[in-house]
Amino acid sequence: MSDVILEMRNITKTFPGVKALDNVSFSVRQGEIHALVGENGAGKSTLMKVLSGVYPHGSYSGDIYFQGQECRFRDITESEEVGLVIIHQELALIPFLSIAENLFLGNERAKNGIIDWNESISKTKELLDRVGLHESPNTLITSMGVGKQQLVEIAKALAKKVKLLILDEPTASLNESDSEKLLQLLLQFKEHGISSILISHKLSEVSKVADSITILRDGATIETLDCQKDNITEDRIIRGMVGRDLTHRFPPRDTKIGETIFEVRDWNVYHPLHEDRKVSTNVNISVRKGEVVGIAGLMGAGRTELAMSIFGHAYGTRISGTAYKHGEEVDISTIDKAIANGIAYATEDRKAYGLILIEEIKNNITLTNLKEISDGGIVNEPKEMTVTSEYRDKLNIKCSSILQLAVNLSGGNQQKVVLSKWLFAGPEILILDEPTRGIDVGAKYEIYTIINRLASEGKGIILISSELPEILGVCDRIYIMREGRIVGELPASEASQEIVMKYIMTQQEVV
Amino acid sequence: MKTLTTLFKSNVREYGMLIALIVIMIFFQYQTDGILMKPVNITNLVLQNSYIIIMALGMLLIIVAGWIDLSVGSVAAFVGAIAAVLMVKYDFNWGVTIVISLLVGALIGAFQGYWVAYVKIPAFIVTLAGMLIFRGLTLVMLQGEAVGPFPTQFQKLSSGFIPDFFNYEGFHVTTILIGVLLSVLLIVIDIRARKNQQKYGFEVTPLYFFAVKNIFITLAVMGLCYLMASYKGLPTVLVILFLLITFYAFITSQTVLGRRIYAMGGNEKAARLSGVNTPRLLFYTFVNMGVLAALAGMIVTARLNTATPKAGVGFELDVIAACFIGGASATGGIGKVIGAVVGAFLIGVMNNGMSLLGIGIDWQQAIKGFVLLLAVFFDVYNKNKNV
Repeated sequence: MSDVILEMRNITKTFPGVKALDNVSFSVRQGEIHALVGENGAGKSTLMKVLSGVYPHGSYSGDIYFQGQECRFRDITESEEVGLVIIHQELALIPFLSIAENLFLGNERAKNGIIDWNESISKTKELLDRVGLHESPNTLITSMGVGKQQLVEIAKALAKKVKLLILDEPTASLNESDSEKLLQLLLQFKEHGISSILISHKLSEVSKVADSITILRDGATIETLDCQKDNITEDRIIRGMVGRDLTHRFPPRDTKIGETIFEVRDWNVYHPLHEDRKVSTNVNISVRKGEVVGIAGLMGAGRTELAMSIFGHAYGTRISGTAYKHGEEVDISTIDKAIANGIAYATEDRKAYGLILIEEIKNNITLTNLKEISDGGIVNEPKEMTVTSEYRDKLNIKCSSILQLAVNLSGGNQQKVVLSKWLFAGPEILILDEPTRGIDVGAKYEIYTIINRLASEGKGIILISSELPEILGVCDRIYIMREGRIVGELPASEASQEIVMKYIMTQQEVV
Repeated sequence: MKTLTTLFKSNVREYGMLIALIVIMIFFQYQTDGILMKPVNITNLVLQNSYIIIMALGMLLIIVAGWIDLSVGSVAAFVGAIAAVLMVKYDFNWGVTIVISLLVGALIGAFQGYWVAYVKIPAFIVTLAGMLIFRGLTLVMLQGEAVGPFPTQFQKLSSGFIPDFFNYEGFHVTTILIGVLLSVLLIVIDIRARKNQQKYGFEVTPLYFFAVKNIFITLAVMGLCYLMASYKGLPTVLVILFLLITFYAFITSQTVLGRRIYAMGGNEKAARLSGVNTPRLLFYTFVNMGVLAALAGMIVTARLNTATPKAGVGFELDVIAACFIGGASATGGIGKVIGAVVGAFLIGVMNNGMSLLGIGIDWQQAIKGFVLLLAVFFDVYNKNKNV
């Protein structure tokens, strides 16, 4: 059992301005289930993308050995050829094709380009049996639930003669019984000699099925735990995930907290497409003058959905609940009204939702408040230039000119443009959704400094972040969200990463 | 200071099409033994292409917003038919007819805009439906026959010339006067803009280039006015065109409204999250297109002096081509009014020049197709080179 099937040695991968993986080594033994855990952004997905050839050989440094052979994958096809199959969190199935068509997509059972349907169907039946899915091969993907779709993905991997199966958060969108089924399947595969790498946030699952656990943190391997030798508890894993030095990563701040300026009560939101799915349940949150309030939680916990529903009902349907500003009820049912009531929301996805990339910096900044720089509907360009230059200097946006296109800026500077544009709207309450995602350490520090300054100017700030150190380092008070509910609230002074992580991870409430 | 070559390279898109237009004009001028630039032909050229330019103004906004309108040819024909029936069969006053026709255009725009902006059906489908609907309704309205002729005042909409306030035999002095005023105005505006840029410390074009550019523009304006003055003066349509172009150039470059349209086309989601009411804005973009299509429809009808069921067939293609030749991006957010106008003139000069040379409609279409492809290739090529 101890012969190594996969070995990754000294993998380093950098993105412009960020070192995503720093000298990571990782190995998987033949026929084991190896769990890969770490916080959001620790580098798990990047490592798997390096392994599967999404990032081709040459775009990273280090070596990969699979079954003793050195591998230099140029794309996914090459890694799949040797039996390395990755199943992503977002399933890659074509919804309006049948199971059989999906299973052999790109790998069709065909002679001279003509598909042999009989063979395809009988092979599909065989594969579906192996994963325990009892569906007709002609069933369309769109008519099945996520759990079954996941099984089709696995069957697809089997069709490619998989030797090492990589699952990225396979149970994130599954219910209890489907998750259980999937885990059983992995154990079954193990007996047939198929190894798996399991990336998961659900530590209970990890400690249940994993033979060994590798912990990644900040793009580096922290440790590999052997579950057969030692008895590994969830607390032990959490300790490995979070233990890091917090000093000097956050600028100091004098906190002067005033009265409550904004509050939402009994906030309920439903999913815009699946109308019976609730994405926020009875949420009560408030923010005070000069306060930075954090919302911690995993991806998919419903934080962005909550924030966007508060910001002018920009997300969700059947939104109920009341919002109060300075103790008085306010109408925030459209984005216009939310902005007029002094609420700003800086999105987590600055490229898709935050910026008009093909436009100039100045046009981006002034878009939220064009009235301010226009007379009678006509833009006063000199005034616009002056105003936007001020923001450039104040937030230290590094650009050749404010006429530069937003698309040509680095991530950190794009984020500063997003912040500028919302500051220009003159808000009292700023909701910042993952404001430091994908930007380097130096730029992060600058963003924190800006947040501190805004708080000291008396604004109320709600900070959504998946990075616990950030939440702990910047916030005065912390809400913890899980599955659309606020499951905990505590002052930063009483919080530690272990405590917050426990709230995030544990299935029952810890109050 | 930039040198002339780097200046040209960074503005290759803006100047490229203008240069192409001039080259094509010189080519046809030479090939047709000077007929192209004769006053009577220029007047014709303007009349023939005015409706394409007018609709290109509306189409540009729609394309910048990220969509397309295939129905404009049918809408123009339909509104022309309504105007004709009102005047010929019901003896409506020509002024009332114009107002009603523009309102009908607005309503049609609102109808299509509603489906696109609020029901979120792709504009391609909505306006394809509109193309069929309004072509059909044109036939219904005219009952398959040509309706005409119209009162002289209505005809003047396309064939009239501005009056001359000076009585000088064989020479239209008012036209020259307008030319002079316009030239001075353009120079003053340009100088002010330049001063403003300098005030804010922006890089400006070198002085000699600035001077050459203004001399060139003045020459073009005065040359055109001189040619017109030696014929019958400025055609009314040219004046309407000039006012509309100025208006839309102003709206797109200087106003909050224009900013929002570009923002919507550049990134609809980001614009919406910045407080822009994108559905309403898109709706009014279509209303605007409807009004301009109605105006174009009346000018076409007035020019032919009859409304026919076949009027405006294929206009939408010339209009859309004009916008893309003029540098608009099919994905939205990019495109200039002046570009669309130059594009429309380019198509117009080619239509006119090829007709003068006696090239058949078959080859005309094929050649126009190649020009469109070439112009957009030029765009894509430049974009890739700059990345």
